[in-house]
Amino acid sequence: MSPRGLVRIALPLVLLAVAVAVWDAAVRAFAIPPYILPGPALVMGSLVGDSGLLFGSLAVTLTLALEGFALAAIGGVFWAIVFNQWRLIEYSFYPYAVVLQVTPVVAIAPLLLIYLPQHLAVLACAWIVAFFPVLANTTLGLRSVDRNLVALFELYKASRWQVLTRLKLPAALPQMLAGLRIAGGLSLIGAVVAEIAAGSAGAGSGLAYRIAESGYRLNIPRMFAALLLLSLAGVAIFMVLSALSHLVLRRWHESEVKEDR
Amino acid sequence: MAAANPIVSLRAVGKVFDSGTAALDGLDLDVRAGEFVSLLGPSGCGKSTALRIVAGLSKPTNGVIEWPASRAGDAAAGRIGFVFQEPTLMPWASVADNVELPLSLAHADPAKARLAVGAVLDHVGLADFTAAYPRELSGGMKMRVSIARALVTEPRLLLMDEPFAALDEITRFKLNNDILSLWQTLRQTVIFVTHSVFESVFLSQRIVVMTPRPGRVFAEVAIDAPYPRDDRFRTSAEYAGYCRKVGEVLAAAMDARP
Ligand SMILES: Nc1ncnc2c1ncn2[C@@H]1O[C@H](COP(=O)(O)OP(=O)(O)OP(=O)(O)O)[C@@H](O)[C@H]1O
Ligand SMILES: [Mg+2]
Repeated sequence: MSPRGLVRIALPLVLLAVAVAVWDAAVRAFAIPPYILPGPALVMGSLVGDSGLLFGSLAVTLTLALEGFALAAIGGVFWAIVFNQWRLIEYSFYPYAVVLQVTPVVAIAPLLLIYLPQHLAVLACAWIVAFFPVLANTTLGLRSVDRNLVALFELYKASRWQVLTRLKLPAALPQMLAGLRIAGGLSLIGAVVAEIAAGSAGAGSGLAYRIAESGYRLNIPRMFAALLLLSLAGVAIFMVLSALSHLVLRRWHESEVKEDR
Repeated sequence: MAAANPIVSLRAVGKVFDSGTAALDGLDLDVRAGEFVSLLGPSGCGKSTALRIVAGLSKPTNGVIEWPASRAGDAAAGRIGFVFQEPTLMPWASVADNVELPLSLAHADPAKARLAVGAVLDHVGLADFTAAYPRELSGGMKMRVSIARALVTEPRLLLMDEPFAALDEITRFKLNNDILSLWQTLRQTVIFVTHSVFESVFLSQRIVVMTPRPGRVFAEVAIDAPYPRDDRFRTSAEYAGYCRKVGEVLAAAMDARP
């Protein structure tokens, strides 16, 4: 690995170590009780001790978030293509896609929970927040095609299908992948919001429910442990999607190519 | 002009854009098969518009375009190559795939297409860069790829819209030389748009000087110097003489009122 790459990995890790050390020192020095702020050792202890419970919940939340994300990715790209091909459909539906986006998901979740079984409501919330970034970014990407390339395809009598698959979709890839990267993180947020809304109503086993539950029971170390897992899951999603973007674009797009000077 | 065997004729072609801009008005032009003709005129006089109309990418508001030598439609389909001012390559595709585009869009046999691509890349001196991506190439090399793509269908008519305007002088001279030698081997008809007097004199058999907008033909100048033309021609008194003459015609065209 290049020295630069090493630094990019080492620096945040050093910062993390420092933060944990300061946290630990502060908890000891001021003798902060664990129900206000648990030390890092206690949080790790809870993570290991309650691992069965926590990881089980993580799996539930993550599965729903990923399912919501997958549906949003497929749906977002699909509708972006449909909008791009048929203007009238775009005019008719786009405003409602915007409505879906601007309405806070926290406000929709309780309503969905009335009509849908809980896991479907969580799935729906994950989908709702993740759908729009994919749709909007892909739509933009499909539109931002070099005018001269369009003329070139016209000159060679390309069919509409060829223009879509060989010109517009490849040209839209960078924006599409940027949309997916945003949507990945948002789908987790959507799932968590719905679980919190549902958890307060009763049954549930997602990670967000564990956080709420631990809060009621003043089991603050477990709360932290669950939060940690949630953040790590979000980071993992982001990293996987970034890696995907890098793999697809690394040969040709300015955002991903390594400058060889 | 006794147009022996014109490949395309524009008759009183006019173009008014929706914005109300009249780009062309009464443009008459005959292009003979195998000829190298340049359109020379001030910026905004409608050169690109005329070229797009010939390519069928834009419809004239009035006037007609005739393709006497071929059946209607046949002339446009794949038999025209177009080189834009910018290289206009697909950044996600390799050099070979970019050049193969016109063939694969027409569902040509892949094996034959690959042969054609190899041959044309050889012609433009890029045989070693088939797998490279556009961003890995210099400006001049990208332009060569663009030219190769235009040539791969073996067009009878090659339209070039200020293809070298963005390049430095050394590269432009080099590509001018290359274009001429390609033209002499392949013998297609070339319509070359430029606003450089020097470039048009070096390349063309005939220069069509256009008036300011709305563009029409102001005058034609035949450049009778023999081919092959090379750097010796570029420094000759004959070349300088033609440049002066064409420069004077262009200056007169600038003052001409429609
Ligand atoms: N799509 C368009 N819509 C409206 N007006 C246009 C359009 N394309 C060109 N024009 C106008 O038509 C006129 C001729 O444009 P054109 O691009 O053909 O000029 P040109 O001779 O190629 O100029 P240059 O040498 O600068 O490229 C210009 O005044 C331009 O503003
Ligand atoms: Mg132009």
